[in-house]
Amino acid sequence: MTTANPEQLLFASTTQTFLEKQASLTHVRGLHASGVSFQPEWWQRAAELGWASLLVPEELGGGSVSGDGVADLAMVAEQIGHTVAPGPLHPVSIVLAGLVEAPGGHEQTIEALVSGELVASWAVYEPARPFAPLLAATKATRTDGGYRLDGVKDRVEAGADCGAVLVVAELDGAVRQFLVPTDIPGVTVTAQDSVDLVKRYARVRFDGVEVGESAAVGTAEQTPDIVERQRQIALVLQCAEIVGVLDAVLAMTNQWLFDRHSFGRPLASYQALKHRAADMKMWFEAARATTAGAVRAVADRSPDAPKLVSVAKAYVAERAPVMLQDCVQLHGGIGVTWEHDLHLFLRRVALYRAMFGSPEDHHRAVYALSSETEANA
Amino acid sequence: MTDTMTSTETTESVADFAARARTWLAENMPSIDPDDPPFSVRAEQSSWDRAKELQKRLYEGGFAGICFPREYGGLGLDHAYQKAFNAECRCYEMPLILNVPTFTICAATILDMGSEAQKRDRISAAIRGDEILCQLLSEPSGGSDLAGVITRAERNGDKWIINGAKTWSTSAFAADYGLLLARTDWTVPKHEGLTMFLVPLNAPGITMRRIKEVNGNEEFCEEFFDGLELGDDAVVGEVNKGWEVATRQLHHERRAVGGGSEFASGTAAENASEMPPDHVGLARATGQDGDPRVQDLAGRALVRRIVKEQLIDHVFRSIGNGSLPPNAGTLIRLFHAETTELEVDTALAIAGTAGVVDEGSDDAPRLTGLMDVGVRYLSRQTGSLGGGSSEMARNVISERILGFPRELAADKGIPFNQVKRNKC
Repeated sequence: MTTANPEQLLFASTTQTFLEKQASLTHVRGLHASGVSFQPEWWQRAAELGWASLLVPEELGGGSVSGDGVADLAMVAEQIGHTVAPGPLHPVSIVLAGLVEAPGGHEQTIEALVSGELVASWAVYEPARPFAPLLAATKATRTDGGYRLDGVKDRVEAGADCGAVLVVAELDGAVRQFLVPTDIPGVTVTAQDSVDLVKRYARVRFDGVEVGESAAVGTAEQTPDIVERQRQIALVLQCAEIVGVLDAVLAMTNQWLFDRHSFGRPLASYQALKHRAADMKMWFEAARATTAGAVRAVADRSPDAPKLVSVAKAYVAERAPVMLQDCVQLHGGIGVTWEHDLHLFLRRVALYRAMFGSPEDHHRAVYALSSETEANA
Repeated sequence: MTDTMTSTETTESVADFAARARTWLAENMPSIDPDDPPFSVRAEQSSWDRAKELQKRLYEGGFAGICFPREYGGLGLDHAYQKAFNAECRCYEMPLILNVPTFTICAATILDMGSEAQKRDRISAAIRGDEILCQLLSEPSGGSDLAGVITRAERNGDKWIINGAKTWSTSAFAADYGLLLARTDWTVPKHEGLTMFLVPLNAPGITMRRIKEVNGNEEFCEEFFDGLELGDDAVVGEVNKGWEVATRQLHHERRAVGGGSEFASGTAAENASEMPPDHVGLARATGQDGDPRVQDLAGRALVRRIVKEQLIDHVFRSIGNGSLPPNAGTLIRLFHAETTELEVDTALAIAGTAGVVDEGSDDAPRLTGLMDVGVRYLSRQTGSLGGGSSEMARNVISERILGFPRELAADKGIPFNQVKRNKC
């Protein structure tokens, strides 16, 4: 997102070529038409490019070209935004972000995720409840050989295409996470549609699901920090992808303003429209700036990271839908047709606006964090 | 502007310079709490007297004009020394109101474009703390169209005779000299007939009055020129090349406002109106800190303020690495205006009636002073007008950054005396 070294540039160009050839808007429309979220073999090829290894240390089979995996991952997400590409980059990255914090016993799962053989997702939301990752009605109880899980999770991204889920549940009054295969007895997965053309979610039910001791990820003491790390990765990915969306949509819209003529002059010559394009350029650079700030803070594990990811999500997800709709308006009638690509982008942005906390939720989070600071000052 | 910088003329390292400054500051400058600094009100003469006194101390201590050349009273050091000094002086009272426009805009422009005598006399006097400089650019006849000035300078023997009016001159009442843009040739297109003059403000033929703003602020001035006489030595640059000088001023102004001038000494906020409203404090004072709606409102403003800082950083980096053009600074200007509007509106919304009726009393001390929020609201648009309107900023962004077609200029290429002007 900032100045890159040659290895990063190569990684970026490889990523870009792959997405252009194998995840274009035409591909996205094709997947949707055939009712497919993503093709597993496609994801394996993406994993071979290194997409799932970025947050994983080398000793666990991962690595990143720049040594700054969070920045590299954000770059991939931004590129994905250019074509609102399919695939489980978000859920796999979020799960890996958690596992690498407490990898003991999960080495094989990490390896399978890095290689793309396995897809896993974070089961954190619960039905009819807002995003509150440290509150779980799903219960874990100790058994002789491990734990039993009971409860329902939903809005699990790619849930129906997952081999495993990382479940947030309460155990002995503390929040914990458990890695649960989706093919074991007692796990029921029901697909949930979304407004996005290819992103799918799922409700995952746990009825007396028995897992071994090794299913737990991290201790009770570690879990809040691990969950926070996962939340930060989730938000950074959303923001970076939205920046990519805005980049593509503004390029498309500005070109339209140059090409389209009314009353014998290009739309780009009308001051009323120029001023809207100027505002959008400013909001775009601000979205890029705040996302870069969040990426740096998360990469550096800065104490400001919880606040800066909320700042970025609040700003980017508040502005982006407004900008997308304005781009529709600037296109005129063509902008509300199925045929035009704008709605593919609008769909993704509307989805991300709501998931993992709305701008309003993040405004309140920033207020709470600022309020604490003032009280301590 | 790196081309105005002189090479480092010292063998002292930045670290040694900083260490020497640290010792000197502790012994010679009043210490302050950087989180709760004493603010200077620009509208008051006492603020300027104080600033001059502090500047004199800096000069006597050998820490004034760090990046100005030695022959004009400075130290001839590069920006690294000034940055190191800025870090050291954070906890001391500094003459911050001299930064803009005296040092960062006026002295910087004189250094670029002035005659040897102008540089030697004016820059050194400012560095010594003897003189203050101001800009005389905007006119009552129009704000955004700066090159359309109609203040006239006419040749009479070996003198120039100035007639006209200037307005929105920052702190001109306190200044000793001003850079005045006047029209010297009406028979050529507007940019080609302008000349910049360096004017002593105590000269006969100048009448100055303060402009009173809706919030009561009286920092800005309006000046009337009625047969003011100037010699050729007052011309800055060349006759009829005044637009080149004005362009340098605007360049230095943009850099100064963005906090990127090597001629600024000390980087703290100079007064309370530069401080954003305290939305958390307002929510508490009005007993609404637990209200989710108020938390959302206040949180949005807090977010925007942080994004503004991130945008400033991003734009500076991007201009530095060439991914944005130099005039991308306008993005910061427009974002600042938009942010100020949101911050002020949010403060008013949270303050409720206490922002418009003085509800403070011995029984309700927390509500005392909240009407400041309402008063500030009345002059909300200053942030969207000062230094060029937001509409002009949007023109610049769309035309110069995005490459959209330029607005029609009906005065382009036309002798200025044939250009349509205001109907009286």
